[in-house]
Amino acid sequence: MLFVSHLEQKFDHQAIFQNISFELKADDNLVILGKSGCGKTTLLNLISGMIQPTTGTITLNHQTIRKPTSDIAFILQNFGLLPWKTILQNVELGLKIKGISRPERKEKAISILNTLEIYNRENDYPGTLSGGEQQRVAIARAYAMEPKLLLMDEPFSSLDALTREKLQDTLLSTWQKIKVPYILVTHSIEEAAFLGQKIAIFSGKPATFSKVFANDFSGNTNYRNSDQYYQMIKKIRSYMEQNW
Amino acid sequence: MNRLFHLLKPYIITLIVIVLVWKGLSSLLSKVIFPAPEDVIGAFGLALFTKSFWFHFMASGFRAFSAMVIAWIVGFPLGILMGYFKKADQLLSPFIYLTYPVPKIVLLPIVLLLFGLGDLSKILIISLILGYQVLVTTKDGVKSIPKEYLKSIHSLGASNWQVMKEGLIPAALPYGFTALRLNSGVSVAVLFFVESFATETGLGYLIMDAWGMMAFDEMFIGIFGMSLLGVFINEIVNLLEKQFCPWFNSPT
Repeated sequence: MLFVSHLEQKFDHQAIFQNISFELKADDNLVILGKSGCGKTTLLNLISGMIQPTTGTITLNHQTIRKPTSDIAFILQNFGLLPWKTILQNVELGLKIKGISRPERKEKAISILNTLEIYNRENDYPGTLSGGEQQRVAIARAYAMEPKLLLMDEPFSSLDALTREKLQDTLLSTWQKIKVPYILVTHSIEEAAFLGQKIAIFSGKPATFSKVFANDFSGNTNYRNSDQYYQMIKKIRSYMEQNW
Repeated sequence: MNRLFHLLKPYIITLIVIVLVWKGLSSLLSKVIFPAPEDVIGAFGLALFTKSFWFHFMASGFRAFSAMVIAWIVGFPLGILMGYFKKADQLLSPFIYLTYPVPKIVLLPIVLLLFGLGDLSKILIISLILGYQVLVTTKDGVKSIPKEYLKSIHSLGASNWQVMKEGLIPAALPYGFTALRLNSGVSVAVLFFVESFATETGLGYLIMDAWGMMAFDEMFIGIFGMSLLGVFINEIVNLLEKQFCPWFNSPT
């Protein structure tokens, strides 16, 4: 699936991060936890092919990633919806770029919008939706492309607490229905503990994966209210307090 | 009907205020120089049913709209290129900003020498003035488009052309329309100037000819016609903007 090997990125001869290596299998997900400005977004930009690494390689299904591809969907922090396109046109955009015919892409887009509980808003503009609805449309747009990998850059950080939790549930349930591996970056310990099967702590200068936690309980029913969830948060917090 | 009234309401109110001020001035000044509004409005009402008025109106309209189309065709894509591609900006900016402060109307003699006294030179000088505005406004607009929009299109695997088509062009359209709308008054003013010589058609000619013959009623008909043309241009730009940028004024 995804292999990231010895990734290093330098800006102005200064390393932002180094020695990043990991593997993501078809039914995996990974949450990268780090403080603001540590290079998490740059790492996602590299994996998406938007920028090239100083050293190291990234391969997806044995293909080296050198430029953005429709195999990798990217959900941005502020949703990245285009205000001049309707909800339907936004969701269809990736399919349109792929060259899918209009009737087929409309059918796919409406189906995925319904999966994400957005009904009868196809002809509205993103500006008329709430933040939570906009993020669901952004998730729909990503899934509509039928990607091999989903990247998310602090996708819920601008939402209020309850909407954020609801969307985290939506993301997990969608992931359980449509098994696309995802990498999500966040600075929220709670979010990482809830969404990550593997949680990588991204810290240091230059940053690296200083610790990876396995979290087998993520995705279980009622996990948010379970002891395992609170234990995981405690474990991560304790590590971060010592190594931040 | 209600929508038409809603559209015309601000114009009607403005007209009433103008007529009242005008009536006051006309009572104070000589009626030969400053005819009473009811006389001019009556004459203008009658003129609307004459072929001659519409002949001049259409001649001016043709020049104004042709100039707008040329200004758009040249200014809008160049504005996008300069706003998005650094190299295009570096290459063209010195030329644009060196020539931008030059009042384009002073280039009229050169344009006349190059393109003759006909419609082409009149259209070109208006489009030159409008084109600069469209270019500079569009360029600045493109620079202000949030990068995340373009990033989100790029991340879908879009080619440069697809980024342009799906992102830059629709995002830049409102800026181009704003430039056209803000400068519709300027284009009518320049139109008046270029129609005041070497032509016997157009509202500018009508005004200057009537002024020369001291036919002040007729002169005001021309002035009313010019105002009407300005309103038409403004509303056409508004309609185009609503048609092509329906999202721009959608409720948020």
